[in-house]
Amino acid sequence: MPGLMVHGMTPLLKVQGLHVAYSDRMGELCPALAGVNFDLRPGEILGVVGESGSGKSTLAAALLRLLPSNGKIQQGTVLFEGKNLLDASPQELRKIRGGRIGLIFQEPSSSLHPTIEVGRQISNVLAAHESLDRRTLSEKTNQLLATVFPVDAARISVSYPHELSGGQRQRVLIVQAIACGPSLLIADEPTASLDPTTQQEILLLFETLRENSGLAIILITHNPALLGGLADRLLVLYAGRVVEIGPTARVLATPQHPYAAALWRCLPSHFAESQSARKAKMQVIPGDPPDLSLHAPGCQFEPRCPARMEVCKSDEPKAVAVGERHEVSCFKFPG
Amino acid sequence: MQPLLRVENLVKHYAAVRPASPKDKFAALDGVSLSIPARTTLALVGESGSGKSTLALCIACLEHPTSGSIWFEGIDVADLHENQRRLLRPQMQLVFQDPASSLNPRWTALEIVSEPFFVQGRFSKQERGDRACTWLDHVGISRKMANRRAAELSGGQKQRLAIARALALEPKLIVLDEALSALDYSVQAQICNLLLELQSSLGLTYLFITHDFSMAAHVADEIAVMDHGRIVETGPSEKILRSPAHDATRSLLAATPRVPEAQPTLVNS
Amino acid sequence: MRYLLGRTLHAVFLLFGVSLLTFLFSALTPGNYFDEMRLNPQISRETVAALRAQYQLDRPLPVRYAHWLNAVAHGELGFSFAYNSPVGPLLWVRARNTLLLTITATLLAWLLALPLGVWSASRFGRAPDRVLSWTTATLLVIPDLVLALGLLILAVRTGWFPTGGLASVGFENLSPLHKLRDLASHLALPVAALVLTTLPMLVRHVRASVAEVLDAPFLRAAVGHGIPHRKLLYGYALRAAANPLISLFGFSVGTLVSGSLLVEVVMSWPGLGPLLLEAILARDLYVVIGGVLLSMIFLVSGNLFADVLLYWSDPRIRIAASAK
Repeated sequence: MPGLMVHGMTPLLKVQGLHVAYSDRMGELCPALAGVNFDLRPGEILGVVGESGSGKSTLAAALLRLLPSNGKIQQGTVLFEGKNLLDASPQELRKIRGGRIGLIFQEPSSSLHPTIEVGRQISNVLAAHESLDRRTLSEKTNQLLATVFPVDAARISVSYPHELSGGQRQRVLIVQAIACGPSLLIADEPTASLDPTTQQEILLLFETLRENSGLAIILITHNPALLGGLADRLLVLYAGRVVEIGPTARVLATPQHPYAAALWRCLPSHFAESQSARKAKMQVIPGDPPDLSLHAPGCQFEPRCPARMEVCKSDEPKAVAVGERHEVSCFKFPG
Repeated sequence: MQPLLRVENLVKHYAAVRPASPKDKFAALDGVSLSIPARTTLALVGESGSGKSTLALCIACLEHPTSGSIWFEGIDVADLHENQRRLLRPQMQLVFQDPASSLNPRWTALEIVSEPFFVQGRFSKQERGDRACTWLDHVGISRKMANRRAAELSGGQKQRLAIARALALEPKLIVLDEALSALDYSVQAQICNLLLELQSSLGLTYLFITHDFSMAAHVADEIAVMDHGRIVETGPSEKILRSPAHDATRSLLAATPRVPEAQPTLVNS
Repeated sequence: MRYLLGRTLHAVFLLFGVSLLTFLFSALTPGNYFDEMRLNPQISRETVAALRAQYQLDRPLPVRYAHWLNAVAHGELGFSFAYNSPVGPLLWVRARNTLLLTITATLLAWLLALPLGVWSASRFGRAPDRVLSWTTATLLVIPDLVLALGLLILAVRTGWFPTGGLASVGFENLSPLHKLRDLASHLALPVAALVLTTLPMLVRHVRASVAEVLDAPFLRAAVGHGIPHRKLLYGYALRAAANPLISLFGFSVGTLVSGSLLVEVVMSWPGLGPLLLEAILARDLYVVIGGVLLSMIFLVSGNLFADVLLYWSDPRIRIAASAK
């Protein structure tokens, strides 16, 4: 099957020391990602959890070097199938985008061209990577559409984006991203604007894709509850840093980093489940996320952390292993 | 005691956008009845297209229902003259999901909250400023933030601002239409606490519209489930959560994502 | 379909209104062709009166207008006092010459503007884009008259191009190939003048529309799918930016007979321009009305053409139209 690596344990994607910053109008650099490390095995689903300002969308864009003009990758390596994407030539990069790595950006309502039929847009992606004659192109497009629209694929193919519902558009985006059989899919908030029922359908679709074609997925969201039955590992992002990464079940049930623990306590489902007094005060994380342009020293979560120590003010914690493929960046865990 | 708000058999038809047959009308609300006692919270849960927002607009007197009645403090709203209805509107305020489009990005926070006083025409400039500052304090926006333009505020701050503006008119009822849905969870928790606190200190009544069942269960005394323009089930939050009766309720509950059971704890090293 | 019918009806009404207005304006301006004749002592008063009667200038306005409208419906556009011939054929010959000039110039301008604008937008803010912007701004500022005259001077000084007219002496005796070359050499300067005056604005519009679209999420998404660069610019960006450009193209079509007046007069191109200018100065009523009517037909048709193109190319407009 295209893209299915037989080597099992060799990482499909290995990100090391990724630093990304944006320059504002004055030319000042504001860091967005600082020292991000993680790897991803073939067929693995990694959930990336972060709130606004955590750098999650920057991560999605940076992996394929799709940052806006004021964004800059300052250092680091992104090894994909053995090749450093940050060194790739423009031609190589174009082949990888859509060909080996599929990408779904954040806004389904505006990620499709408004005046081109949806089927054509999918064919365009196929044509960009494979040289097929017209008939094969059209057949393949219909096949692909049929996998996500079992009932009315033909009608959807000649529709325009504004004629489709949010869920339908999201499916089209997914088809576009996987059309050429990539080995990795990066999905940035794929269910954000969808109804709960549609959300579940899309998540199920991801699961099916992984099962059927061994597709590795990086699923970025601000709602950790979505990742429960789906992601193999969870990465928690705060202020552009990886604060915790580990097996999903473990991180959700027993989060080690104070931010992760505090965030899970804010989830309404947690509260409802715990059957505390209804309308009681929720335990919140005091304060606001940090303004990274201030370049404050030390741990970025320290001002809001219930377990802060002296060392947290001046030094940044390094990642420490606390279990099998489970790391935390916090001074509570001595290295 | 009469409820603060009572809605009976509300129907709202819209002309279909792309009519299959030109006479086609789309029934956004198909006979909705509910009542909200004062100082309580009713959560309205449903998928998009179920009619929740239409109901919110009708209750806030921003849309005219096709038929049915709305009683606010025992007064039939439909019976009223436009002038009288205008006097009634400040008592029911609406907070929307997207603060970016309901707040003028070029105005400062202070200006936005002062605007209702300006419109009422009763207060001097000094008084307007003072009152606005009081409300900003209530929602947790500092003096420094008050002079920032709305465009420069974060999502959570914008939503606080929208609430402050709603409060400035001293309403009895606040309709929150997916007001928390676009926010991060840590911010949602903060605003949720704020809303609960305001309810107890100011005696507010809330109609809380959401598609997140967990949030509804946490903040509301009663939950009403909407489907295709009708209310299919109502009842106290615990009952709905634990023993949902209607199919729509059950499928919504099943679709609501939950973090697995074990309690998150902090590990002390 | 109903939408297009509606637009066509609208266009026809517009034409009626304009013809009436034009008729009124020219009929109400003080003086007429015959005032000049009266000043001429060699022509007797009776002749003038008889001619006036012949041309029906004695009748009241509404009658004249109705008469003229009736004639137009039959394809007759009136009579030219100055040329002493029917207006129709007169206009037609001149219009052909004008169209030859303007169609060439318009096609050339658009064929240049699209790639230039797209290229400029793709390098927005960088050096090549700035140079182009500066050039177009300069060209815009220079009056059309100065540009045309400048080209004329070039022709005179270098002798590479003829300095006016449509054809050289002895044109009829040339072989077809030579005829073409001769025509081309006569066309060169007027076309250059027209292109230089219209190209800058077109380029700026194309650049602006495309630049706006280049930031759109769907374009970023297309880059993320590995769509090749060329296809991104033309198949995606230009396509999405097409709407204002289609309207602009409709305007270009609309000004096919009216936009070249100045250039024709300066470069002695025997088109509608010089004819209309003479007719206005000589108060040759029906020629003026005929000319203006022709211009308006083109303008309205140009707009209608743009409406049709928009309807055909943008599905969102189709939906909005059928919703009404």
